[in-house]
Amino acid sequence: MKDFFAMGGYAAFLWPAYAVTFAVVAWNIVAARRAHQEALLEARRRLSTDADGDAS
Amino acid sequence: MDWTWFHRLASPPHIYRVAGTLTPWFAWPAGLLIVSALYAGLFLAPPDYQQGEGFRMIYVHAPSAWLSVMIYGVMATAAAVGLIWRMKVAHAAAASCAAIGASFTFVSLVTGMLWGKPMWGTYWVWDPRLTAQLVLLFLYLGYMALRSGIDDLGRADRASAVLAIIGVVNLPIIRYSVEWWNSIHQAPSVMKMERPSMPFDMLAPLLMMLLGFTLMFAAVMLVRVRAEVLRRERGASWVKEVVS
Repeated sequence: MKDFFAMGGYAAFLWPAYAVTFAVVAWNIVAARRAHQEALLEARRRLSTDADGDAS
Repeated sequence: MDWTWFHRLASPPHIYRVAGTLTPWFAWPAGLLIVSALYAGLFLAPPDYQQGEGFRMIYVHAPSAWLSVMIYGVMATAAAVGLIWRMKVAHAAAASCAAIGASFTFVSLVTGMLWGKPMWGTYWVWDPRLTAQLVLLFLYLGYMALRSGIDDLGRADRASAVLAIIGVVNLPIIRYSVEWWNSIHQAPSVMKMERPSMPFDMLAPLLMMLLGFTLMFAAVMLVRVRAEVLRRERGASWVKEVVS
């Protein structure tokens, strides 16, 4: 296992590269979902204020 | 010719629904492929005879570099369709690509630097391939800055579409830079006409990772397209049904 993490001396280059890559993959998933949730919330907010306007 | 199918296809509520249905069909295979590719790439693939374990950088570097270029192609194509046929959904698709493309261009540059240091002895060199890839990052960032700098959505769509289309000239430069000029960067070992210059157990994880990343991009883009369409159509009556 220690050998595996040492990666033949390339650990200091390989693991940061893998970490950056999958951090960005995760960011993409989170950011896209958040954008969709925010768009849904915004649309809901608009619809409810419109409805209030109609009622008054 | 009857074009009603085309207009139905391009209608925002249809796109919103279809994108929602398709997302898991891309997301789950993507996750499965990426996890298996990680295992195969780190544990099953043999070390390279020249680079030893260091070659395993390819499993994150090549897929992100591929995405950075492929996404730009998708973005410019969608922008051109939006510009030519005045299709708003196409503009929404183009706009959805930019942040994803920029993020993977960044990854390709960082992983490339981390690969360059042990193999070439330097993190960065003003080499044709590396410089063209940096220009790609600036194209994405310029596209996003241009969009956010224009308040009128229609004008932002058209202006950014023109920029995206002009930027396409950079793609063949990236692709052929290693052949046209004396580049420090190696020539392609997989995406070329002849047989890939790699044994199967080294190649298979790479192909799985390339496919996995491509499907992951499709899933992420579909979610972003839904967000973008919803934002543009907030007043429309179909939105009421969707959000309530």
